[in-house]
Amino acid sequence: MKALEKFLDKIRPNFQKGGKYQYLQSTFDAFDTFLFVPGHVTKKGSHIRDGIDLKRTMFMVVMAVMPAMFFGMWNVGHLHFLNINETATFIETFFYGFLKVLPLIIVSYVVGLGVEFIFAQMRGHEVNEGFLVSGILIPLIVPVSTPLWMVAVATIFAVIIGKEVFGGTGMNIVNPALLARAFLFFAYPSNMSGDKVWIAEQADGTTGATPLGDLLTATDKTQIDALPSVMESFIGTIPGSVGETSTLAILLGGLFLLFTGIASWRVMLSVFAGGYAMGLIFNAVDTNVYMALPAHMHLVIGGFAFGAVFMATDPVTAAQTNTGKYIYGILIGVIAVLIRVVNPAYPEGMMLAILLLNVFAPTIDYYVVQSNIKRRMKRLDKITA
Amino acid sequence: MSEQVQQKESLFSAKHRRLITDAIGKDNPITVQVLGICSALAVTAKLEPAIVMSISVLFVLGAGNVIISLLRNTIPQRIRIIVQLVIIAALVILVDQVLKAYAYDVSKQLSVFVGLIITNCIIMGRFEAFAMANKPWPSFLDGIGNSIGYGLILIIVAFFRELLGSGSIFGWNVFEAIGLYDLGYVNNGLMILPPMALITVGIIIWVQRSRNPELIKD
Repeated sequence: MKALEKFLDKIRPNFQKGGKYQYLQSTFDAFDTFLFVPGHVTKKGSHIRDGIDLKRTMFMVVMAVMPAMFFGMWNVGHLHFLNINETATFIETFFYGFLKVLPLIIVSYVVGLGVEFIFAQMRGHEVNEGFLVSGILIPLIVPVSTPLWMVAVATIFAVIIGKEVFGGTGMNIVNPALLARAFLFFAYPSNMSGDKVWIAEQADGTTGATPLGDLLTATDKTQIDALPSVMESFIGTIPGSVGETSTLAILLGGLFLLFTGIASWRVMLSVFAGGYAMGLIFNAVDTNVYMALPAHMHLVIGGFAFGAVFMATDPVTAAQTNTGKYIYGILIGVIAVLIRVVNPAYPEGMMLAILLLNVFAPTIDYYVVQSNIKRRMKRLDKITA
Repeated sequence: MSEQVQQKESLFSAKHRRLITDAIGKDNPITVQVLGICSALAVTAKLEPAIVMSISVLFVLGAGNVIISLLRNTIPQRIRIIVQLVIIAALVILVDQVLKAYAYDVSKQLSVFVGLIITNCIIMGRFEAFAMANKPWPSFLDGIGNSIGYGLILIIVAFFRELLGSGSIFGWNVFEAIGLYDLGYVNNGLMILPPMALITVGIIIWVQRSRNPELIKD
């Protein structure tokens, strides 16, 4: 480590202004600050700057995703061997899934970071590390059988249209990873839904529909009983996108995020509360099969938990005010369940709900701030009157 | 004084030429003035309707600008919008009937959007901003220039949407011919949906502005 640091220090002048490789400044800077906490200090005034910069923050999120990712890899193998009726050891199962998921992760990172580096070089910015998180989230929210070129196209679209046109990391309006998924969902629907895409190398004639897919076609209430149990769905041994199936693993990551103070508990809690409340309302109305689904099931199937923990809490696209966070979270939960149950064209409402509320987050903040100002003005009037 | 100078001005003087080139480039009705977006979204899923639409607008705007310019001194200010609408409506009905007679399939594809040329903001905009205050020849050039600028963007957008969304150009399957589907390629369904037209127009605006910094305004 020391040797590497010395080496970087030695070659740094080459990349600074006037150096030999000045044009590669952004690229060098990106690697340098990724490997070592930069010694940047504030230039004016007595501000304290601690070591938790954007790169370290993003890295925490990547760490938090790890349980879901590893479980996802195991689950890919598990479902595959289950599908072809073979038994396999734990190692075999995990390794199978690992080999299936790894290419998705590599493609997502290489393509996404490639676009980021190109833009940073062109604009002379430093490379922003927002993509460290997006890059790991994208492979986890697509079906394991998604062709790699589709992942690449979606990643390019998401980074450019979702982020770079707005000015890069921290300026984006919608979550880039979700935008990539939305792109795939609308552009290549046959690769993103149905009962043929969730299991790697699926045997002919078998079905691997997700619980959400089953529910959409359900016509009889007994079909709800045929769904995976709450426990199965909670642990995550069900078909679904790579990292979204295990609510347990996701919650582990979520706890880590809350513990390190990176994600907002207000958002997380209110998303779950909103989804649960909407589930209960539908239970009360109960006019078709889907509405009769127990409210707690909504929280453990599909991408609900993943969205609540890793997507909705994105500090850039979520609401900023505390009251705003409650409103934002509850609406995400409510709309996600609403879309799932009421709109038969979209099996998964979580993606659309979060994207929609991402767009509304600034408006929510605006009204929260305005009402606060009004309240305090009134108080002022009372005192002065 | 200007009366005489203008009469001496040749038909294709630099100033007249600029009426056309500006409207195609740095004063483009879609990418700079951001007018006529609705039809740009609606008719650009395929190249053929986009081209027919461009030609229709070319006719309506070119002829309309000349008529308005000829009448400009006799139109009472207070009812000028109504007069303009009547002229547009007449021209659009003409186009619509011709299309129905000679290009029925395309006319069906364009459906209501031919009729909606009436509400195309570019046309009213040019009538108000140019033809009401200029002589017939410059008005004609202005109309032609703006509709070419409009049509150009429409055709570019339609080209990419048809190519990537349906894998074809003018209905001819390009990707199938070069065997792209055998490699696992799938058409991009999002390109056929209207939002993608908006994003494509956005990208064209982005490219245009980064090449032409004087268009960037804060």
